[in-house]
Amino acid sequence: MLSDPVVEALDLHRSYRTRTGILKRERRDVDAVRGVSFAIERGELFGLLGPNGAGKTTTIKMLITLLLPSAGTARVLGHDVVDAPRDVRRHIGYVFGGDRGLYERLSALDNLRYFSELYGVPPREQRQRIGELLEMVGLTGREKERVEGFSRGMRQRLHIARGLLHDPAVLFLDEPSIGIDPVGARELRATIAQLREQGKTILLTTHYMFEADELCDRIAVIADGTIVAEGTPSQLKGRVADGHVAEVETFGLPDGHLDVVRSLAGVRSAAVEERGQAQVLIVQVEPGAEVTSGVLSSIGGTRVGKVSAREPTLEDAYVELVSAS
Amino acid sequence: MKVLRLVSVSYWLHLKMLATSAFEGVFQVIWPLFFATTAFLVFRQSHDPHALVYAGLGSAVMGIWSVIATTASGLLQRERWHGTLELLVASPTPFALVLVPMTAAMASLGVYSLVATLLWGWLLFGITVPVAHPVVFVLAIVVSIFAIALIGFLLSVTVVRYRTAWALGNLLEYPGWLVCGFLVPITLFPHWVGWIAYALPPTWGMAAIRSAASGGSPWGQIVMCLVLGLAYGAAGALVSESVLRSARRNATLALT
Repeated sequence: MLSDPVVEALDLHRSYRTRTGILKRERRDVDAVRGVSFAIERGELFGLLGPNGAGKTTTIKMLITLLLPSAGTARVLGHDVVDAPRDVRRHIGYVFGGDRGLYERLSALDNLRYFSELYGVPPREQRQRIGELLEMVGLTGREKERVEGFSRGMRQRLHIARGLLHDPAVLFLDEPSIGIDPVGARELRATIAQLREQGKTILLTTHYMFEADELCDRIAVIADGTIVAEGTPSQLKGRVADGHVAEVETFGLPDGHLDVVRSLAGVRSAAVEERGQAQVLIVQVEPGAEVTSGVLSSIGGTRVGKVSAREPTLEDAYVELVSAS
Repeated sequence: MKVLRLVSVSYWLHLKMLATSAFEGVFQVIWPLFFATTAFLVFRQSHDPHALVYAGLGSAVMGIWSVIATTASGLLQRERWHGTLELLVASPTPFALVLVPMTAAMASLGVYSLVATLLWGWLLFGITVPVAHPVVFVLAIVVSIFAIALIGFLLSVTVVRYRTAWALGNLLEYPGWLVCGFLVPITLFPHWVGWIAYALPPTWGMAAIRSAASGGSPWGQIVMCLVLGLAYGAAGALVSESVLRSARRNATLALT
């Protein structure tokens, strides 16, 4: 365990109760997070990586005090998220991806003024702080426009400025780059890197491997509510580095063939990725094994395009970890 | 000082939001006048000028009740839809303090409703409301709006926990018109209705406004209205934290 963690989650659990039916209503408990533990050091950029429904957002929401854990404990800067929510809130910033979370009918400036008040930014500092943040996120000159006219990228940058108004020590970024175009996403990554350089402790959730690879000091892979691996990007890549990856481009791959490929000798794991009209079979291969001919014969009469081999990436490590869970 | 600034800046920004929608603006203009007109047309049949004055004052306060009771409970629902409710909860400001300026902005629309209804009655129906004690009359109106806003505050707190609680406002609108004595004297109802009526600040506010207009002594009614309003506000502030905790436990903050 790290000596002085800024964010600490210990065996966090969270269940949701759902109801189905109209006349005969049935209750069902869904375990969204099942024993998540990790610690983030001061100044560290920690990534939480996982597929949809893995429990990333639920974990973040427990840490930022929006949800009470069903079991387990969590502390941010030493403050318990259940017993001292207001102390936690004072020191954290929360930014999530998507269009929502802003007052559309107000200008960017008014949005920032409102949240400055809610976070108790002293009036004398507000004007300068807002000016600096608008400059940082590239919205200087647009601050008097109503948010309803902003593009998604501009909204996302405004979200970041909002989350930084009170100069929080810890930032929680929940899929901040979702839905942003490549240029906007690159600018966003540059902003996040800048924040890390300023010494902020950051918890970032993302679907994008290259983003996690480029930005994160450490990554935890979460699947089905549990952490299945944790380490630096190179450590995670190292899990699959001793083999190689075979990619087979197919057209009209029937269901059921993936299981056959997975059962082949020398195949560590296999997944299918849709790329336009093609379905690309991505096969993780054991060191020294040769599986291409076996894979091609197992998919029978399916039309095959390009066949290639390459070095494993973080994405391959991620796919293997998530597929295995 | 810090709290005062928070409340005043938030109040101004929420008022700005309410004022920027042309459609809602027109709706807020027409809504109270529509019901006031109905009341004036009904009461005009009696050919009694006192009855028209009764209806004029009643429909003015009725408009305040409608604007605040129905829209206050919908305020937080709007925050849910915008995805801002979670951000408000995630801020370190006590949640009751976040809600007060929102409800106050809504109460400002109630003032408009009152003035517009009185003007409408005067212009179209020739109803002039004689006011014996103008200063006390204005005071009774201010206290009534304040007290109704505090009921709106209590209603809005429930929306944090139950996402469909916004319908409470709609549910209370018409019973409020009857029970608070806006258009029909409470004495016409069964005895037990009186107990409900006197537990509601607008009943006392309405009585105070009528009393100030007719030259009576409304001080007792003004005090009752204020005390009951504050009691509703205190109840809202007290339950807000436990309601919020329940919302965090039941994961209802993000539901739309």
